[in-house]
Amino acid sequence: MKLSLTRRYRFAASHRLHTPQLSEDENRQIYGKCNSPYGHGHNYSLEVTVTGPVDSATGMIANLGDLDPFVEREVIEPFDRKFLNEEVPAFRPDPTQHSAANVPTTENVCREIFRRLEKFPTARLERVRIEETSKNSFQFDREE
Amino acid sequence: MIRITRKIEFSAAHFYHNPNFSAEENQRVFGKCNNPHGHGHNYTLEVTIAGEPDPATGMVLDLKELKDILQREVMDRMDHRHLNYEVLELAGQIPTCENIAAVIWNLLEPKITRGKLDRVRLYESPDLFVDCTAAASSTAAGKHP
Repeated sequence: MKLSLTRRYRFAASHRLHTPQLSEDENRQIYGKCNSPYGHGHNYSLEVTVTGPVDSATGMIANLGDLDPFVEREVIEPFDRKFLNEEVPAFRPDPTQHSAANVPTTENVCREIFRRLEKFPTARLERVRIEETSKNSFQFDREE
Repeated sequence: MIRITRKIEFSAAHFYHNPNFSAEENQRVFGKCNNPHGHGHNYTLEVTIAGEPDPATGMVLDLKELKDILQREVMDRMDHRHLNYEVLELAGQIPTCENIAAVIWNLLEPKITRGKLDRVRLYESPDLFVDCTAAASSTAAGKHP
């Protein structure tokens, strides 16, 4: 039997999907409404899944007393009530970069959050799942 | 393969305490959950069975049968109970979501005669759940000494 623990967190942030590698017209065509120049926002729901042995002294895979402040410091504090494109370094527009890796699509937000949470010391980060709205969800699993 | 899932809800009390820890250590590790008077949750349990539908019935497992199993094995044992004192299978264990899910898995697995138990998901609240799945590498739930 394998056990995992999943905790849900929430943050609200704005973003704009736009890449300097494409023309204004191409950006509008690809990103549609999400390319709107002043940005727009979402209530993001973030699920963090960790695995590992259950500590026999605590009965826990991870103590929420450790996980909650870690996620708060690494993700919620830097992302909540922020404009992702400008206020999170990984999503700053970079005209020298030849990919859309720093466009704050929720795919890229999943990867960035996984990268930030991967160093959680007492359990193994297995998955990051984000609901951007109640109709869209994105999931990034640890790659073996 | 088809997966079918049945959901039930039960309410129970618990608290976290390790008799090998000092009072201060219990408080530091378990925080509010260490309150000896206990507190409670509305647990939501999702049980998933995987298998091929029986050609005679079109069903993997009759949900009525699954409902009866869940009533006997989980509801009758845990609903409106104190998990620290009233559930034999949890004796000597700290009744965390991890340990409760593992106990439920072990109770259900031998009772599923059609299809296979695929996943036990136990929500302690809408923001916290544990998944228990079959896996080649077993991660046994810790038993308190």
